[in-house]
Amino acid sequence: MIEVKGLHKSFYGTAVLKGIDASFERGKTSLIIGQSGSGKTVFLKSLLGLHRPESGSVSFDGRISKDLNEDDKRQLRQDIGMVFQGSALFDSLTVEENVMFPIKMFTSQLEPDMLDRVNVVLKRVNLENANKKFPAELSGGMKKRVAIARAIVMNPKYLFCDEPNSGLDPQTAIIIDNLIQEITDEYQITTVINTHDMNSVMEIGEKIIFLKNGVKQWEGTNKEMFKTDNKSVVDFVYSSDLFKKVRQLYVDR
Amino acid sequence: MNYIEHVGKYFLMLRQVFKKPQKGNVFKDALFREVEDLGLKSIGIVAFIAFFVGGVVSIQTALNVENPLIPKYLVGFATKRSMILEFAPTFASIILAGKVGSFITSSIGTMRVTEQIDALEVMGINSLNYLILPKIIAAIFFYPLLVFLAMFLGIFGGWTAGMLTGLFHSIDYIAGIQLDFDPFLVQYAIIKSTVFAFVIATVPSYHGYYVKGGALEVGRASTQAVVWTSVMIIVLNYFLTQMLLG
Repeated sequence: MIEVKGLHKSFYGTAVLKGIDASFERGKTSLIIGQSGSGKTVFLKSLLGLHRPESGSVSFDGRISKDLNEDDKRQLRQDIGMVFQGSALFDSLTVEENVMFPIKMFTSQLEPDMLDRVNVVLKRVNLENANKKFPAELSGGMKKRVAIARAIVMNPKYLFCDEPNSGLDPQTAIIIDNLIQEITDEYQITTVINTHDMNSVMEIGEKIIFLKNGVKQWEGTNKEMFKTDNKSVVDFVYSSDLFKKVRQLYVDR
Repeated sequence: MNYIEHVGKYFLMLRQVFKKPQKGNVFKDALFREVEDLGLKSIGIVAFIAFFVGGVVSIQTALNVENPLIPKYLVGFATKRSMILEFAPTFASIILAGKVGSFITSSIGTMRVTEQIDALEVMGINSLNYLILPKIIAAIFFYPLLVFLAMFLGIFGGWTAGMLTGLFHSIDYIAGIQLDFDPFLVQYAIIKSTVFAFVIATVPSYHGYYVKGGALEVGRASTQAVVWTSVMIIVLNYFLTQMLLG
């Protein structure tokens, strides 16, 4: 479980996060949504320790990240898997080497064992026969799958995804969403996804946190989101005619 | 950000760089990759330039020595001294600052803007140590070898130019090379090239690692890295010469 208390972060005097409290449970997929510039990415990066918050704390199953020294922080990060918006695959390494990288770095496994593990996770993300390809040779969806495979190869306790669907066609986006949710259930990971893809919200949002101007405006499940009368949430989520109709149908039913 | 802040940040960066590598095997692989990228791939350009610079120095010396009282072996002596003292260590380093410096900044800068460095950090890897230490070690061990090569090829280039133009005789040139050989001058060149190698590996790494923005900023950072590396080499060349030969 991840617990966030009173998180504040500002850049050059401009407050970006204004005291956010949140908790993310094990085995659940939690989504952070909000407009561009609402502080989603800063929030996610603050959870990961890539940004140092001015005040507040982030606790990973009792380990408060700000109280850890550099070595303990690195230890904690080995329990974290991250899927970046642009996949962030290492250009100079093949798919196989990218996925193998964390195992090579943190374990003393022999090459055949590492390769076995790599093949297991690549099969899990439905990406076989691409081991020797370089990231530049892959499509956007394939890159995302490699990024997911690399994120889960060390059996992480926590999985973070920053806009996992950006730049993908709707069909591939749904496949990636389902894959993340399946993996979360299967390995009982605490998953936090940063998104503004409304399909993801409707499909896999077991818990949704809505941010606006660095403040948590609303929190609930995807089902509760249909019924909410929070103006900011309604304006953001049901901004398109299609989603307005979907909401109406749900309410009517 | 002012210059003092940059200097402070540079030394803080070095503190993280000089930590024990997290995994020996991974470090070894990275080191060999850097030896190839920074060292082996620079042999061609250094050899080409050293050979022609040596040729030009010998031709210019021969053409400017018209006084019959000046011995003929002066051409070989002057070529040897200028190649060992200045052209091989400093000239080669300036070339490498351009070639290797821009490569280092653009590769690390691209990793920064495409979040690959964040990916390393999230994995729990000391990205500064992982990315920069192999570059420093590769440069420090390989560049003195490149400088040796540049010395040899420069002197050989001088001889070749003489033979092709007929401005001096081979025997005089070789006598000049052998005259008054001081091994300390080679040591001096190696010390200089080791210091320059450190600068070439670290200054562009600093510019690449802390770049913010996109492709345009990476391009700008590469240019800045080459400029600052060259400036550092020229300034350090002055102080090292003063300290070692003064």
